[in-house]
Amino acid sequence: MSFDVGLIIESLPMMLSGIGITLKLLVVSAVLGLLLAIVLLLMRISGKWYLNWPAQAYIYVFRGTPILVQIFIVYYGFPQFEFIRDSILWPILREPTGCAIVALSLNTGAYVSEILRGGVKGVSKGLLEAGSALGMSARQKFIYITTPIAVRLALPAYSNDVVSLLKSTALASTITIADMTGIARTIVAETYAPYEIFISMAMIYIAFTWVLQRTFGVIERYLGRYTKREA
Amino acid sequence: MTTTAPLICMQDVDKFFGDFQALKKINLKIGKGERIVVCGPSGSGKSTMIRCLNRLEEHSSGHIFIDGSELTDKVKDIDAVRREVGMVFQSFNLFPHMTIAKNLMIAQQLVRKTPKAEAREIAIRYLERVKIPEQADKFPIQLSGGQQQRVAIARALCMQPEVMLFDEPTSALDPEMINEVLDVMIDLANDGMTMIVVTHEMGFARSVADRVIFMDEGEIVEEAPPASFFDNPVHERTKAFLSQILAH
Repeated sequence: MSFDVGLIIESLPMMLSGIGITLKLLVVSAVLGLLLAIVLLLMRISGKWYLNWPAQAYIYVFRGTPILVQIFIVYYGFPQFEFIRDSILWPILREPTGCAIVALSLNTGAYVSEILRGGVKGVSKGLLEAGSALGMSARQKFIYITTPIAVRLALPAYSNDVVSLLKSTALASTITIADMTGIARTIVAETYAPYEIFISMAMIYIAFTWVLQRTFGVIERYLGRYTKREA
Repeated sequence: MTTTAPLICMQDVDKFFGDFQALKKINLKIGKGERIVVCGPSGSGKSTMIRCLNRLEEHSSGHIFIDGSELTDKVKDIDAVRREVGMVFQSFNLFPHMTIAKNLMIAQQLVRKTPKAEAREIAIRYLERVKIPEQADKFPIQLSGGQQQRVAIARALCMQPEVMLFDEPTSALDPEMINEVLDVMIDLANDGMTMIVVTHEMGFARSVADRVIFMDEGEIVEEAPPASFFDNPVHERTKAFLSQILAH
């Protein structure tokens, strides 16, 4: 077997041209997913069964099915329904990128809400009692005590989920999107050189992951600054 | 004893946790400026009793009056009571993500709507009172246990409460740090603060308390000034308890 280094150098710029789409899928889905996760979390901890119950069902379904199937359902399934084609969401769902973002957001939202819930549950009861004893309202306690501590506790697991979301964006290539993976597959189809192309693509993802992890590492250290004795 | 209406009044207060009765028909009156020490074996209901006074626990039946107004389910009543009652916990419960000064300022700003600069001024004043103003900009974890508990006392005082509740304030401390916290509490008592202190520090009880209350199995068994409480306990259960904790 020959390994064509020239081909890698030649195709790297092409694959990198897909980085914009990969980045867009990642950032938009991460932000929308996080917003959805916060809503699901608030429903889960509301103490009201009619909010908790649907949120739990949602999380159960989206964690229990493969992300690829979810992407296919949104992309191939939704346009079958006339009310979706008539809805204001149609301009988004008509585009493959829109479909991918919707599916990725819905999926990551389910996972992240459970990650956040773990953080909220990790806040010591005594701190909330201290807040109550000082006369703080439930809302004030949630904003000023629970949230900052829960965010710190949830961050390591959350950063893991963002890395995993990055790799899920590669599935967008299955619905015609020219992200990094999509471009790589096109090049492979033309050159019949799967090793060179897929290995160099893998290295781009690794570099990307490294940047993400470093970034989260910085945030983690900042949020954890009050957990170390020495200033 | 004061002649005016009591600041705190508990009438036939019961508290159940499921089937377990933690408090049985508690009747207690505390006047303004009184210093009460509550002692008793673990599980006797002493923490539960004081936690009912600021609604960290909800009493199951009976009546609790703080400064004339009854503590009910209404949020307004609970807020009103919590403004009057400060609390210090066994495990300090300082907010770990806030500096010491912020720990003292946050409730002033949110609950009393005190402007930031004034809240900080008040915070520093109370930190001076507990003798650690130089720690204002550190995080709680950078302080010793004794210092943290003194900050917790200062934090409660910032809200200018009428009554201070202490739930075993020295039980989580290393022995060499107990006195610095007790000194602050004695200082507070000398200033006329109404205090209810759950503690096993019998030296503190003897020198500071106006009354000592002994609880066992959810009941107030004995209630007496410290001299007669320690020297002439009436009930067998009190005698047994005292002989156990004063044996060494």
